[in-house]
Amino acid sequence: MGAVHDDVHHAPDGRGRALRLGIGGPVGSGKTALTAALCRALGGSLRLGVVTNDIYTTEDADFLRRAGVLDPERILAVETGCCPHTAIRDDIAANVDAVETLEERFGPLDLVIVESGGDNLTATFSRGLVDRQIFVLDVSGGDKVPRKGGPGVTSADLLVVNKTDLAPMVGADLGVMDRDAAAVRQGKPVLFTSVRTEGAAEVAAWVTEQVHEWSHEHEHGHDHGHGHDHGHPVHA
Amino acid sequence: MTPGLLLLTDSRLPAGSHAHSGGMEQAVKEGLVHDLASLESFLAGRLRTAGAVAAGFASQACAGHDPVELDAELDARTASPAQREAARTQGRLLLRVARRIWPSPALEELAGRLPSPHHPIALGVTAAVVGATPREAGAAAAYHAVTGPATAAVRLLGLDPVAVHRVLATLDLPSPDGLPAASAPLLDLLAERHRRSPVRLFVS
Ligand SMILES: Nc1nc2c(ncn2[C@@H]2O[C@H](COP(=O)(O)OP(=O)(O)O)[C@@H](O)[C@H]2O)c(=O)[nH]1
Ligand SMILES: [Mg+2]
Repeated sequence: MGAVHDDVHHAPDGRGRALRLGIGGPVGSGKTALTAALCRALGGSLRLGVVTNDIYTTEDADFLRRAGVLDPERILAVETGCCPHTAIRDDIAANVDAVETLEERFGPLDLVIVESGGDNLTATFSRGLVDRQIFVLDVSGGDKVPRKGGPGVTSADLLVVNKTDLAPMVGADLGVMDRDAAAVRQGKPVLFTSVRTEGAAEVAAWVTEQVHEWSHEHEHGHDHGHGHDHGHPVHA
Repeated sequence: MTPGLLLLTDSRLPAGSHAHSGGMEQAVKEGLVHDLASLESFLAGRLRTAGAVAAGFASQACAGHDPVELDAELDARTASPAQREAARTQGRLLLRVARRIWPSPALEELAGRLPSPHHPIALGVTAAVVGATPREAGAAAAYHAVTGPATAAVRLLGLDPVAVHRVLATLDLPSPDGLPAASAPLLDLLAERHRRSPVRLFVS
């Protein structure tokens, strides 16, 4: 840390704050369904908050509130002025504000999920907003999508290919998707899900691992043996 | 002119303004703005009212007048709660990025006293920190009052962006003058109806 104290609320190294997880991907691929499934799976073990970026309404936030997967007050909606990708990448101010509002109101939290508005294959989250990101595709967009690549597919920390239940109906070859994704992702993980019929246990396990890793790095990070009185352990 | 002022007036400054339309979304929805001519009169009206008020307050804040007092005065001049909220949200986000870009005692003090100042107050204090003059701060605030709505119109109506910028280039920026109290009841109504609309793309 230099003389410039970069962030007064949360130290620049991330100490004392939740892991921020972005969930991006095209419209309708299952981002909200995955967010709901994660809340359901993790709500008992982690302290959660959710920020949605609806394109036109507060549909996603309302859906999540109605689904009863999380205290409705822990879900905030951000409006993005016609530009969902701007709000998660180029001008993240409103999203950072929402995340910090959740942490101030309900903190300490272990995990804040930021669901982006549905966007194209080039939309990724700024590292200034999230610490990890998941990109969600679905099989009905065609099994060529992973091959087409784009920053979402190639650089996300986890690629989720959802709606595998529909694969036979749309003639999507999951093997091809798996092979193509592996080819462009340089070893980063890919999970196949059918969130609607089976939930998202594997994704939840991956997220839990990330939260543990984050808390380990940022509670005990670079100064082993020193006290850390403002941290908060993850109870998972 | 100081380089900081250029950054401060750049629409790419990541301070959340891109999601505010300053009443434009509602004006488009109600058919008040539908082409270049109606856009021009909307912007000219906005500039003479909200723009002139914002310019006056940003300029006084830049000149070192007590921001808390100015903020209360500006609140009294903002009839619509929705507009007050939008102005405070934009002020809070601007203050947050300004503190990170230009760390300084003046901005820390402002954040301590007013975590969510009206946007022109945050802009004026930041302008002083980057070394701009009160007059420049006023111009920046007036400019901000119309560029956001103009960009929103480009997105909402598919207008030719070059033609829209030509309109912006021909508008006369008001010179900051005291603390004006020009009001625009139609902007107040648009803001309130927008706030109540279940379907919207922009925050304001
Ligand atoms: N068949 C099927 N439908 C799904 C699955 N996951 C989500 N959906 C449906 O796909 C639609 C879009 O999902 P949503 O989560 O809103 O997508 P988002 O736009 O990415 O947030 C909804 O009707 C979901 O019920 C799945 O695994 N299988
Ligand atoms: Mg969604």
